[in-house]
Amino acid sequence: MAEAAAVKAVTDAKDVTVVEGVTCPFCGVCCDDLEVHVVDGKIKDVKNACVLGKDTFMHHLEGWAKPTIKGKPATIDECIDAAAEILAKAKYPLIYGLDSTELNAQRKAIELADLIGANIDHTSSVCHAPSLQAVQTVGISSCTVGEVKNRADLVIFWGCNPAEAHPRHASRYSVTAKGLFTTKGKKDRMVINVDVRPTPTTRMADAFIQIKPNSDYEVFSALRALVKGHELSQPEVGGVAVEEWKTLVEKMKSAKFGTLYWGMGLTMTRGKYMNVLALLTLVQELNRFTKFLSAPMRGHGNVVGMAQVLSWQTGYPFAVNMSRGYPRFNPGEYSVADLLANKEVDAALIVAGDAIGNFPAKMAEHLQSIPMIAIDPKESETTKVATVVIPTAQAGIAAGGMLYRMDHIPLVMKKVVDSPYPSDREVLDRIIAKVSAMKNGGKGAPKPAVKGGG
Amino acid sequence: MGRSLKIVGGDVYDPANGINGAVKEICIQDGKIVESCKGPAEVIDATNLVVMPGGVDIHTHIASPAVNAARAFRPEDHRHEPVPKKPGMRSGVGGTVPSTFATGYLYTKMGYTTVMDAANAPIGVRHTHEELIDIPIVDKGLYILMGNNEFILKYLKAGEMEKIKRYVAWLLKSLKGYGIKLVNPGGVEQWKYGKDVEGLDDRIYYWDVTARQILKALSWVNESLGLPHPIHLHANRLGIPNNYLTTLDTMRTLEGSRLHMAHTQFHSYGGENWGGFCSKAAEVAEYINAHPNITTDIGQVVFGDATTITADGPWQYRLYKLSKNKWYNLDVEVETGCGIVPYTYREKNYVNAIQWAIGLELFLLIRDPWRVFLSTDHPNGGPFIFYPWVIKLLMDKAFRAEMLKRVHKRVLSDTTLPNLDREYTLSEIAIITRAGPARALGLTRKGHLGVGADADITIYPKDSDREQMFEQPIYVLKDGEVVLREGEIVGSRDGKLLFVVPPDVGEMDPEFKTEFENFYTIEYENFPIDAEDIPNREAIPAGASR
Amino acid sequence: MPEKRFILITGRTTKQGRSVHLGKEAKEYMDEISTLQMNAKDIETLLLQDGDQVRVKSPYGSTVVKFKKGDIPQGLVFIAYGGMINALIGPDTQATGMPNSKGIEVEVERYG
Repeated sequence: MAEAAAVKAVTDAKDVTVVEGVTCPFCGVCCDDLEVHVVDGKIKDVKNACVLGKDTFMHHLEGWAKPTIKGKPATIDECIDAAAEILAKAKYPLIYGLDSTELNAQRKAIELADLIGANIDHTSSVCHAPSLQAVQTVGISSCTVGEVKNRADLVIFWGCNPAEAHPRHASRYSVTAKGLFTTKGKKDRMVINVDVRPTPTTRMADAFIQIKPNSDYEVFSALRALVKGHELSQPEVGGVAVEEWKTLVEKMKSAKFGTLYWGMGLTMTRGKYMNVLALLTLVQELNRFTKFLSAPMRGHGNVVGMAQVLSWQTGYPFAVNMSRGYPRFNPGEYSVADLLANKEVDAALIVAGDAIGNFPAKMAEHLQSIPMIAIDPKESETTKVATVVIPTAQAGIAAGGMLYRMDHIPLVMKKVVDSPYPSDREVLDRIIAKVSAMKNGGKGAPKPAVKGGG
Repeated sequence: MGRSLKIVGGDVYDPANGINGAVKEICIQDGKIVESCKGPAEVIDATNLVVMPGGVDIHTHIASPAVNAARAFRPEDHRHEPVPKKPGMRSGVGGTVPSTFATGYLYTKMGYTTVMDAANAPIGVRHTHEELIDIPIVDKGLYILMGNNEFILKYLKAGEMEKIKRYVAWLLKSLKGYGIKLVNPGGVEQWKYGKDVEGLDDRIYYWDVTARQILKALSWVNESLGLPHPIHLHANRLGIPNNYLTTLDTMRTLEGSRLHMAHTQFHSYGGENWGGFCSKAAEVAEYINAHPNITTDIGQVVFGDATTITADGPWQYRLYKLSKNKWYNLDVEVETGCGIVPYTYREKNYVNAIQWAIGLELFLLIRDPWRVFLSTDHPNGGPFIFYPWVIKLLMDKAFRAEMLKRVHKRVLSDTTLPNLDREYTLSEIAIITRAGPARALGLTRKGHLGVGADADITIYPKDSDREQMFEQPIYVLKDGEVVLREGEIVGSRDGKLLFVVPPDVGEMDPEFKTEFENFYTIEYENFPIDAEDIPNREAIPAGASR
Repeated sequence: MPEKRFILITGRTTKQGRSVHLGKEAKEYMDEISTLQMNAKDIETLLLQDGDQVRVKSPYGSTVVKFKKGDIPQGLVFIAYGGMINALIGPDTQATGMPNSKGIEVEVERYG
């Protein structure tokens, strides 16, 4: 077993460092209790992490990207020059990705977007942006995960699958976690799973309600009516008997502290933000009867952090356009999917995210037809076709910085090993300096007016 | 640095040093005010202009997880107010919750150079520092929410006062905060099960302590740590008719101790219900006048759009139900809550009009300007960019009379405002906008122009329209550098974080790590913030315990 | 033939999340993202045999993947997030920015 070998290596080697309290960069649960064993500068073991987190660290040396320009090997310096040239020339560029990196790199990406008048969007756009749109419309009754740990006696997972996407959410926060008023953990909570199919999450639930695909909006609307005491004329909603929904409503109303977590089962299906809007309204209305809260199961990497820093710097959480010299926001116009599908952008910078690998074919097609720069520690579908590839030190492993948990709580990621490559932040900073110099007619880059944090 | 600068010929208003409009030369060396410049100095001619210390805002909400949530969920608030990028300046947006860069520019354009963010949940402070880094030019600090902290409730229940003291010192030290903030003490903890407190003696669920006990405990801790600023209190029952009784009860509870009452306008309401809503500003002002231990900022209402952002979760739920606007709620583990509701104050709405009048009544009825400070509780009563409009209302009785004709007529019957003739002088304005708040904060180098002070200086035109005068400074200097000239920002730079260094009162008990990790969801070691993470900072030592 | 029509659900799986760190070329990853899960009854209806491949067709494109029996309701099929689903997803976001990535109507038939 590889694990046994690693433990042996720890005991044999001389230069062993155990880094404690390491925050995992993989998902929005942001476990900060990892223990990383570093032997002779290499990660040999990771304790406390889930399988996804552990693999993030253990395999961080595999599949590294290499610096290239038009497929030919180049130095990092040459790549930065080439990237700056593409961006300085572009008339309507796109900056995208930015989920798997740290706050200061994200900050720099926005500064660059401001400088070149780019569209800037991030992975939220194709995961929980509809949730953000719904919050912008009606608000949200929500809480940090610690409140769920300490108080929740009813937890509903709707259209999400934390058992596979956020593995330690259940044990740290929402199912078996023991807290102030939940001293018996799972025994103090009822867990309900609503989805179109059973998933591994179903196995940790006390009850499973299987609904028809694309019926969420209808179901939430029916639940709102039932919460208010109205009778429904039809026998079933979303393929589920109204009687069963009535039972759920009773459970929700009689909970002392109810929580509803939702996932992309709502945001990616028909209705999109309207599904979430109906959910949020239901939860808000439940507060007339008891304490009820809700939260999106967010976060591949630091996608929440990107929404945070973009909001404080521009006022908007995603889909921001800087082409007029100030930020404008319009989902469906400045969102990455639409910009690419409409073939509007003429150059792209993809930072720490695999755009080509995750986009519908039509979008990927346009991205491949324009000059594209990829800044990424790892090879991906995007780096394979990018005009310029700049490998970087992986944030959270070979570069430190901040990231945000799914409930907006900020945490620090530690640098646990060295990398031969610069950090995302450093690469972006150098591109900014180069582009500024070009825009100033080669008179040298002015000092940035406002420095990001150290 | 090493720069010398002289401001000559201006009418100087420096109330902290007893200077009331005298023409006086101000010398600046290396960012500080000095007796005289050593060598040749650059000269700013301020002839026929008014020279004041830079403004100090003692209570505003400009950076925090809550403020950022408000930004993100109000795109409609920003879209009409773009802030374009300029050389050396970043783009952004205005509105009631401006973006960070815009916030720094907008405060500077009003002549303000120090601002204090009034509400921060401890676990979110790391975020707040990141936002503050991106607010240029002004110096800033933050208060930490403690009035519903479950560790404090737990220690209080057990009667362990020394433990509370150590815990508070540890929080301030770990987070680089400036002071202790209480918001609806006990009430926000009750909100975690959908309830509130009705009065100071309601017992809080499970912890079995009262708001009165929390107030007394944190006031005692604040004074025994010798913190530069008194406890900064958002009292119970904010916004609710007849809350003035709770307000008076609160002030009596802390009689004899330093106390800063935040946004008192929102706490000076009479009437048994909304229909009977009326002003009790006179009663509250009378108490404050008789009790020199109290300072207050007003939380003046400004007509137009506002965003209400507060840790007072139960109040925000009421406002959501009253206004039917969108509602954002975020309860924060162990510590506090947060609610956000957009709101529009209307001249013809009698509640809004009376709220507007109550703020002005308090300003005009509280006699000692050193104990009443200008705020709109930004953006709760309205955005800070309206301070010049409020100044005009205070200085210009004719303007008030004009406004009285426009607003709902119940202001005439249900408030004393129509009978108040007082007009603030320039010197009094200098007190309520800079000298007074700086003194109440214990910031000895801010809010005055004496030797040793930070050279944060604003030069205004002499304009009989006081709104225009305070809206359009001719010069703003920050640390002796010209950052604004003729209304345009000319030298954006970083401001500092001001944070307090509490005295050493001993370490937390060894079992605290376990307690912390039982209730929180992060590691104990990952909670404190390294000073090195904040590039520009200035430590303000706590004084002797009082 | 109506029995060929299915609703496609895409999503994360543990295997997909783990193997992605091996690189997107890795066999484990490719296996996981190019396998369609289907209800046993639907497999019977489509007369699929072990080792067969299936062609999945949406209004936007088609792709060929392996299949396996999964704990999934009749009428639904599942493929893990990854490169193979991209051909099936349309670019229209109905002005929301979000393509329809789950709950897509597809046709599934034996390939080859």
